[in-house]
Amino acid sequence: MKRYVIIGGSIAGVSCVEGIRSVDPDGEITLVTAEAVSNYGRPLISYYLEGKTDTTHMSWRGADFYERNRVTVLHETQAVSVDAQGHTVSLDSGATLAYDALCVCTGSAPACPKFEGLETAPHRQFFTTLTDAKALEQTVTKQTRVLIIGAGFIGLKCAEGLRDRAGSVTVCDLADHAMSASLDADSASILERHLAKNGVRLLLGNTVERFDGGTAHMKNGETVEFDVLVIAVGVRPETALFAAAGGTAGRGIPVDGHLKTTLPDIWAAGDCTESFDLSAGSPGVLAVLPMAALQGECAGVNMAGGSKTFDTGMKLNSIGFFGLHIMSAGTYTDLVYSETTETGCKKLFARDGVLTGFILAGNVARAGIYTALIRERTPLDTIDFEAISRDPTLLPLGRAYRTQKLGGAV
Amino acid sequence: MKRVYVNEQWCLGCHLCEYNCAFANSGARDMVEALKGRPIFPRIRVEGADAVTYAVSCRHCADPLCVKGCISGALHLENGAVCIDRDKCVGCLTCVLLCPYGAVQPGPDGAAMKCELCLHNSCGAPACAAGCPNGAIVYEERGETA
Repeated sequence: MKRYVIIGGSIAGVSCVEGIRSVDPDGEITLVTAEAVSNYGRPLISYYLEGKTDTTHMSWRGADFYERNRVTVLHETQAVSVDAQGHTVSLDSGATLAYDALCVCTGSAPACPKFEGLETAPHRQFFTTLTDAKALEQTVTKQTRVLIIGAGFIGLKCAEGLRDRAGSVTVCDLADHAMSASLDADSASILERHLAKNGVRLLLGNTVERFDGGTAHMKNGETVEFDVLVIAVGVRPETALFAAAGGTAGRGIPVDGHLKTTLPDIWAAGDCTESFDLSAGSPGVLAVLPMAALQGECAGVNMAGGSKTFDTGMKLNSIGFFGLHIMSAGTYTDLVYSETTETGCKKLFARDGVLTGFILAGNVARAGIYTALIRERTPLDTIDFEAISRDPTLLPLGRAYRTQKLGGAV
Repeated sequence: MKRVYVNEQWCLGCHLCEYNCAFANSGARDMVEALKGRPIFPRIRVEGADAVTYAVSCRHCADPLCVKGCISGALHLENGAVCIDRDKCVGCLTCVLLCPYGAVQPGPDGAAMKCELCLHNSCGAPACAAGCPNGAIVYEERGETA
């Protein structure tokens, strides 16, 4: 019987179990996770603070998932080292696990830049796990002034989650616009106005120079008084375990189209990896939940002796703030379509005759039709691109496509 | 498995499927009471212009991207049908971003909404197909592709 070990109990790890079980019903699966609770979508934690979900609803594949799939789970357990030649994983409990196939799903860790006087801040934390969300739930009251460093996905979702719980929420970012990693200035300004209207104070192009207890001295000379500090400046792939095992990590753990690493019998999936980005035509850290799920499953299938390829990877994100939906996908190459109003915008990017990326704010209906154009690398000269740019439906894709997709099993 | 299929050449563009869908999923006993004067939220939608019309609803893909990418785990498979636990859904609309057919949309409460083949309502089989006046929408087995 084959022995599988999975390090990490988030989406990639759980999907890896599904992948293995789709091929091998009998193998022995052990999953190691540092968290006390696993099998939940990390992006849910802001919705948890907002009261849109709770711990009974957060289980991604159901509370009985591990039991149904006959997985031995070691919660609150850290994998400390991997012996790639000996095929063993050492745990902080002192135990050693032997494997025939190993999947590293170590995810990412929040980055923490150096700030002068940071240690004097009254309450400081990250916001990436349910434990982090629970810490805020316990600490933040209607009197609490919250300062969040970082106006990316994590920082702004944290701001939304805390708005109704806290006295005030201020978000600062060195970049001159919100979500600078995935939005352009037009779409960001729609978001910024919406956030301001909903009671989130944004300090952009500005960051903390030094902390003095509950006072943040900003770069522009302003001071911000706070009780709780959330550091949300981004995450970095967790590659240390793989590197210590003798693997060479770049920004992430490099994997091929089968999620195989350079070390024997070791696969990797999820936020810790660097994999082929179809929209860019080069490897990248994709680090979004849907990719973790697809990668985990693919790795699992291959670990169990099946054959599955992951070749449609791209960054994509769907996010809402106080009712404003924003979606983005792929790589922003040449702007080929642009539409901006007070409350919404659409930007489409293409290169070499195929769509490579898009940004939508406001009207996001049927956005997946654009995502499919990127994923399928549909030649834009074979469809009515002008019509689909204005309104994503199946009409501009032609009758043959519709007959195949609406008239047959897909 | 049986799915909803669309024969585009027979679609009259009458939108009756949208009304039958909204009614079937309303839980109401009376169609007029359920739909008259209210915004409707059908899970099937007629697209197209005068000469070409067709209805789009969930394809219940064999390898559904929406289920894989759902951040809450609300979307799931039930014997091959893609279903949604709307209590788990947080309304992030990642499914809208992933569905290649534009077949998922937010409902009135913000949570995502999609065709579940009327398996969870009192119809038991798709109301869109049952009520299509021209046989453009059918519920049948058409074989699986790889």
